[in-house]
Order: sequence, then structure tokens, then C-alpha cells
Amino acid sequence: MPYETDYTNQGFTKVGTRVNRPDGVDKVTGRAKYGADANAAGQLVGRVLRSPHAHALITKIDTSKAEKLPGVKAVLTGKDFPDLTGGNRGLMDILENCMARGRALYDGHAVAAVAAIDADTANKALKLIKVTYKQLPHVTDVDEAIKPGAPIIHDWVRTAGVTPAPTTASNVAQRSEFGHGDVDAGFAQADVIIEKSFKTEQTHQGYIEPHACLATLGPDGSGELWVTTQGHFTFRNVCASLLGLEVAKLKVTSSEIGGGFGGKTHVWTEPVALQLSRKANRPVKLVMSRDEVFRATGPTSSTSVDVKIGAKRNGKITAATAELRYQSGAFPGMWAMFGAMTSFACYDLKNVKSVGFDVLVNRPKVAAYRAPSAPMAAFAVESVVDMLAAELGMDAVDFRIKNAAKKGTKASYGPVYGPIGIGPTLDAVKNHPHMKRKLGKNQGRGVACGFWFNFGGQTCTDLNIGVDGSVNLTVGTVDVGGSRASLALIAAEELGIDYEQVRVTIGDTNSLGHNDTTEGSRGTFSSGMATIFAARNAVDVLKQRAAATWDIPVEQVIWEAGEARAKGRQNNNLPPLSLKEIAAKSPRTGGPIAGHNEVVADGAGVSFASHMCDVEVDPETGATKILRYTVVQDAGKAIHPDYVEGQFQGGAAQGIGWALNEEYIYGDDGRLQNAGFLDYRIPVCSDLPFIDTQILEIPNPNHPYGVRGVGETSIVPPLAAIGNAVSNAVGVRMTHVPMSPPRILNAIETAKE
Amino acid sequence: MRFESPTTTKAAATLLASESGIAHVLAGGTDLLVRMKMGAIEPDLIVDIKRIESLRTLKVAAAGVQIGAAVPAVRLSESEKLRNLWPGVVEAANLIGSDQIQGRCTVVGNLCNASPAADSVPALIAAGAKALVVGPKGKRRVAVEKVVLGPGRTSLARDEFIEAVVLPARTGKSADAYLRFTPRTEMDIAVVSAAINLTLSRGIVQSAKVVLGAVAPTAVVVPAAAKALIGSKLDDAALDKMVAACRAACNPIDDKRGTIEYRTKVAGVMARRAALIAYERAGGSK
Repeated sequence: MPYETDYTNQGFTKVGTRVNRPDGVDKVTGRAKYGADANAAGQLVGRVLRSPHAHALITKIDTSKAEKLPGVKAVLTGKDFPDLTGGNRGLMDILENCMARGRALYDGHAVAAVAAIDADTANKALKLIKVTYKQLPHVTDVDEAIKPGAPIIHDWVRTAGVTPAPTTASNVAQRSEFGHGDVDAGFAQADVIIEKSFKTEQTHQGYIEPHACLATLGPDGSGELWVTTQGHFTFRNVCASLLGLEVAKLKVTSSEIGGGFGGKTHVWTEPVALQLSRKANRPVKLVMSRDEVFRATGPTSSTSVDVKIGAKRNGKITAATAELRYQSGAFPGMWAMFGAMTSFACYDLKNVKSVGFDVLVNRPKVAAYRAPSAPMAAFAVESVVDMLAAELGMDAVDFRIKNAAKKGTKASYGPVYGPIGIGPTLDAVKNHPHMKRKLGKNQGRGVACGFWFNFGGQTCTDLNIGVDGSVNLTVGTVDVGGSRASLALIAAEELGIDYEQVRVTIGDTNSLGHNDTTEGSRGTFSSGMATIFAARNAVDVLKQRAAATWDIPVEQVIWEAGEARAKGRQNNNLPPLSLKEIAAKSPRTGGPIAGHNEVVADGAGVSFASHMCDVEVDPETGATKILRYTVVQDAGKAIHPDYVEGQFQGGAAQGIGWALNEEYIYGDDGRLQNAGFLDYRIPVCSDLPFIDTQILEIPNPNHPYGVRGVGETSIVPPLAAIGNAVSNAVGVRMTHVPMSPPRILNAIETAKE
Repeated sequence: MRFESPTTTKAAATLLASESGIAHVLAGGTDLLVRMKMGAIEPDLIVDIKRIESLRTLKVAAAGVQIGAAVPAVRLSESEKLRNLWPGVVEAANLIGSDQIQGRCTVVGNLCNASPAADSVPALIAAGAKALVVGPKGKRRVAVEKVVLGPGRTSLARDEFIEAVVLPARTGKSADAYLRFTPRTEMDIAVVSAAINLTLSRGIVQSAKVVLGAVAPTAVVVPAAAKALIGSKLDDAALDKMVAACRAACNPIDDKRGTIEYRTKVAGVMARRAALIAYERAGGSK
């Protein structure tokens, strides 16, 4: 029976409280098991040999010496991965990224792998593998890659989304266009037009836990994979497709995860570990080093964006355009498309056009990073919005309020919005005490808005009630941001029992139906929905058991405050039956009591945020200090406010790192110069102020509790908010992220000249 | 790989002298272990010097300071007397790594690691520190600026190690200061740094030593910068002259951490600010 997904404005007793996290004790005592914490009898150590070249033909790989080294049990190259993709180009890209097939496409591209009895032997074996390369010209910059004469990464790529279809190869894999109205007519009506170009450098999600897995694959084609991942079902399906396995025969278990932020939604070494295990017929443990994580997993795009916005003197925007060039690494992606879709989503625009170009370069295959592609587009658009407000002599917040999207606005990427939070977040910013703080010398304030779609997707959940009345909730969405606490609160709310009575487990792929990856801020939204329905399913069973116990029709039983109550005067001599009492009797009333739900959780509510930030810039060194930072975001309904605030703060913290210091630095040789946390500078605690938060709750009409995903939107505004603040502090418009001290000092000195 | 923990300097020197392969001295290990883990070095012998009693000694007196090679940096900041005598040396040593690293790392290790960006080295040189070098043939004393020859290279023979650094007697109104520039507030490596040691008389600089870090293959002593300060009350003209001298002495590289232009500019900024801090600490007022 399908359950109703509409928002119902019910009252809550558990949801919205700040309970302790269930995984807290495990994590502070070291008992929690992460990707590298699993071991198996007889396991081997897996290691990967990686290309030192940005672009090269692999003319020969001689593994004979490595294979003869005592202790080496398996050596693999691209030849050990037959093409089972059936012409699916996307799948082939994944396979080729996991192990090079005749060509190394970036510094760090895997070219061979070994499994040996210990790390020393494995490392020695890697040194004995002789790879003969013929270096090819390379390109790592997004703008250079689309110039005529740039080295072509793949000769089979024809730009998609262009008519007529091109006949020659290009590094532009895809053109995507969004918008409506007539932008030329709109600009003709404008009193003021601002046009500016921006660049952002490549950043990594920077999760502290490196990728790690323990793989077992036998000659019978059945195997197990213990892995740190955001989506073990997706990993199972992809690995099975690449290696020719039946989905049901590969059991994948997700470990505790030490951060993912989108970077653990894709397979990297897992198919390699499984194939090593198959070849050696022993379990293989493969743990990436930090260097490998930087060079060979999936950072986000570096970008180059042009924005043009025009407005009337009265502050109404008449037209807006953006051209967005995003590099996707050495394989086609859809990252510029997301940038083009999100760029103007905050505004109610009559005439708008955004065009994205996905560009191939010799860098690692780009993966999702928290609201992927939106922060860079927002940096460019929100910078121009600020410049335009200044040019019009309007307050930057008022200008945004005047143009903000609202219910009924046709979004620049197509749909018409329902109730949304951009206006309310801006009103909250306008009235926030932060905005009244007096700025000192060399200080500046910046405001910026951000949008993210959010996602729902396939979800499957089980709820089992033990004979003592404790509840085991099994979900298939990996807990990357505290969803276990939120889901336990939801189950407790629906069943009317204590939060502590519920234990939430992330089930492996053999214990539940398919669950989509925890991405698109979907964990609490979609598994929350499935948990509500599974609990309601269990309540139906509880009511049936009570009815049977009382020998009355089930229609006369209601569930209230954790107990079955018999309705009607004829039943008023029947004392209520609690969940515990019904559970205790369950062996004699029909066996275990369970609820189940599978759902495609459509209707993930879009999410908006507005951020404000004060900075002080040292004019002699270009160093920026964040003095104060405030996040206002619409959560729909905050199930566990601590975790919601944590997501707001986490996104802001990552955004601050990205805005000020984080960047992939490539040398002229196409090699990554800073593959480590010393020179890839994520912020440390003392770099950040306490990040203030304000949760708004504008219910999502498509979720029973009104929940919207909250995990990603918080990283969208920071680049722009800090960009605007720094620009206001130094009196020069900053157009290149990260705004590192040398870039800021250079901008100041150049403006002086 | 062999691991030895001798209890005398003589035994340590003998172990180093008799090893035919690659030998490394281990004190805090905060550089050595990282390099081993990265696969940058594969030693045949590691000599842990932390069991040698005299190397764990920190002697602090106005007549002189001796910092044993196995004394972790955290012990320097725990000595109020040392903080008063040599605040610049202490603040430089305390910038190495993080709180956790501070419990292990040593200034002698920082010196022998021979990084151009080492924090404690410019401060030690500005202080006029000497290194006590032990070898199979006995002991010798060398100025700290003579120890580092270039990135990763020292003047120590393969069978020598440093047992301590000593700071000279402190007289009159004297103080030192160390400043570095890093993009992060901590857990970072100097893009450029400056150490300055001053002695005043009636508010006028009598003697000065100015040392820059991370602007050349080794820390750079800048006599012209010191000369600009001597005889002044750190007026703007003197400071401008010192800044110009510092910038002229820079010979940095362009790399991921900073450009030549940026390092040269900011070297002057750091030197100016460090000079003012040292001046105020020494009792000068402007």
C-alpha cells in the first residue's frame, strides 16, 4: 500500500530535539571501523603503479620481474580487464580511469597493480614493473584546452549538444544551454550592464579518510567488498558490470566513512582490488596514500566563467547571461551543465541564458563535490550582482531581495518553483545582528546567495521490532552526515517510543533492495521518508496484533503515544497495549513484527541559502582573516538541528578553504605539485571563526514532515560571499579563486599602479 | 634496518662511524619518520639519541643557554626564564608543526633537517647560537649559520651529530623576535620569515642581527639590514633602509608556496614587524 508523501503539518515530540548521536561513543573511543579497519585471514596488500606523465602512450609494460619476486601473488595491467561494457561509453570511461588502457591520461593515472604478502614486497614489486612511455603533448588549463591546436585528449569525442553535429574531435565534450526570454531585448532595456570574467582553481573534497577497501573474489564469481563509500549499492552495480559478475553475488558492505562530500560516490581502486583478489585467489586490502587520493581520485572542476547582467535604475534585472567552461578531467562529465543550471536559480528573471561547456584536460576524472559545480557559478554571478548593486547605488541585499525568485517563478533551468526559501533567507540576512557590526580599517563585508536542487531517488528500508520492544532500523543510505540520529528520531516519533529504543544500522547490499548513493543531500530526506512509511507499516502490524489479542476488528484500534488503544464505548474496559507488550507476545501472535518500505522518493525540495561574512585583509601581505561568518538556510524541517547546523557550518568551512587557499597546482610538466595536506591548504580550526547559523523552516510540500536536504547548499555561497567581502575590504574586485595572499597582494599592487 | 639506542655520545658517534650503509640520527623523528613513510629514504641504521642523558638537558641562565639535541620544543616554552631571555628563539621553536609535534620535535633536528624554511634556524642564527658537534675524534663548536649548506645538506661529516645548541650570555637591554608568513594560522610552513636580535642603550640600537628564512637555499644573514638599524631608534627612515636591505638580500625561488616577487616583498614586511617587536621587548619605545 503506498503511503501519502504530502506534507501534513503534524506535531512532533521527538523530531526537532538535539539528542546524542548513536555513533558518537564508537567514534571517540576508536571502536568505529573505517575503510582500512577490516582484515581477513590470508589477506594480501594491494598497491597501484601510477603514471608520472600528464599524457603518454604506454608502449610496453614489462611485469615479468615483479611477478618473479617472492611474495608477489598477482600483477595486473589494463590487459587484465577485458571490455565487458557492451559499448556503454560511460562504463568504459570508469574502467579506463581505474586502469589505463594503452594511454596514461593524467599524472597519477593507474597503469598497473600488484598484490603481495606485505607492503614492502608490494612496493618492491612496483619498482620492478618497467613501463615504457612515449610522452604526448598535454594540457591542464580549461581555457587552453579549448583553443585551436590544443592537444586532443580523446579523438573519439565530438561536442554533444551542437547542431549540426561536429565531425572533428574536440576537447569540448558537451555544450548545454538553459534559459528563457530574449536576452538581447533585455540588455537593450538595461540602464546599467556589468560584464566580468572569473576563474576558479581545482579543489579536492579533502576528506580525512583515504579510500580503502578489502576485496575478496573467488573463482566461483562470488565476492565481498568492505569499502568506504557513499553508495555501496552503486559500487556493487558498477563493479559487477566492469568485472562480469552477477549483482547478487557481490556483497558490498559500507564501512564508517571519514568524509566523502561527493568524492566517494565513484569507484577508483575497488574494481582493481577485486580483480587482484580474483587473480591471487586471496583477500586483497588496498588503501590509498594521501598522495594517491589527491592525484587519482575525483576533485571538482577548475573553471572559467563570463557573466553579464543588466538592470534598470530601479534595480530590476532585465537580462542575464553566463558562459561557463568547466574542466571534467580526462573523461567527459556533465559538470558545466550543472553550473549552467544553477547559475541564475536564485533570481526571478524574464530574460536569461546560460551556456555550459564541459572541457577535457589532462587531470584526474572530476567527481562530485558538495553541490557540484554550483559554487563556481555562484562566485561569478554573485560577484556581478554585487558590482551591479554598487553601480546602481543600491544596498546589495535589497537589490537581491528585489530580484529574488519566489513561488511561481520560472527557474532559469526550467521548472516553476513551489514554496522556496531565497526571499526569507535574504530577509533574515537583512535583519541579522551580524549586518549591524561596525567594520574597521581594512575590513569588508560580503553577502551571497546559493541554490542546490537536492535529490530523492530509490530507497529501501526495513524496521524490525525485537521481543523486548527495541527497534532495529536498517537503511541502505550510508550515514555521511548524521542520518542515523535523524532516522532514529523519525522512527521513535512514528512509533511513539524513546529515541534510545531505536538502533539504526546501514545494511549491506545483500540485506536490502537497491538504495541510491547518499548524494544530492538525499540521506535524511529519502531514507527519512522510507522510515516514516516502514514505521507506519509496522504500526499496521502492531494494530493487527492488538486487535487479535483483544479479539476486536482492527478498525477499532488506533495507535497513539506508543501504544494500541481500543476505540469506542464497547471497548472501554480494554487497557492499552504498549509496543513493548505487543512485542513480548509476538512469538505467539504471529511471529516477529516488522515494517518495510521501498520508494522512489520524488519531490526533493530545492534548497536556498544566504551567507554573510566579514573579513580583514592585511594590505602588506594579502592575508585574509575571516572575522565573522553567518549562514542562513532553509531546511524545510530540521529533524536534528545540531546536525543541520553542522552541515551549514561544514559547507561554510569548506567554502572558506576553497575561497582563500585550496588549489591544485600543476607544473608546466603537467604534474601535480601539491599532492598533500601541507601544500594543499584546507583550513585548520584556528583559521575559522565560530560559524553562526540560522535555520529557516519552509516546509517541502513533497515530504510528510516537510524535510529538504541540507547537506550541500551551504558550500555554494562562500566563494562569492568571501569574494565580495575581500573586494570591499581592499577596494579591488577579486576575480580569481582561491584569493590566496599572493593573488590579493598582486591585485592591490596592480590597482595602485 | 637496525635500530640502536646508545646511552653515551661516544657510543652514538661510534655507531655512526662504523655504519657502511645509510645512517640517520633520530631525535623527535618528526621529519625523519615522515620521510621514511614517504619512501624518500630507506636507512640501514637509525641511531636514537634520546637515551643519552646529557642530550635531554636544557640549561637556562643569563650567562648562557644550552638546548640538548633531544629536548622537545615544548620544553622551551615551559621555561619562563628562557622565554624572557630569548623570546624570539622560543616563539620560532614553538611554530614548528602542531601541538602534537611540539611534544617531539627539537631545534637541533630542525637545524639538521636543513630546510630553507626551518622556523628555529633564523632565530638561532640571530641569537648568535653555536652548535656543539660530536664526532669520533671529539667535539667541535660551530656557528649555527655554518651548519646548513643548502636544502637537505649540512656541513656535518657522516659520523658527526650535534649534541646541543648554545646561546650566548645575555646582557643589557636585549631582545629578539621571530615572525613568519604562512597562508594558514598554524600547521604550515614558512613562505618567508625574519628573525631579529637587538641590544639597546637608552633606546638606541647598539647591536643588531637580522636573518631571513625561506628566501634563499639557506637562512640569510643580512649585515646591511643590521647596519641600518644600529644607531637608530627604529625611526621610519632606518626601518625603510633595513627593509630595502632585506629585499636586496633575497634570492628566493618561484614555487607552489610563493613567487619570487611575493617572497621578496613580504620578507621586508616581516623584518619590519619583527624589528618593532624586538625593539619593544628590549624596552625601547617610539
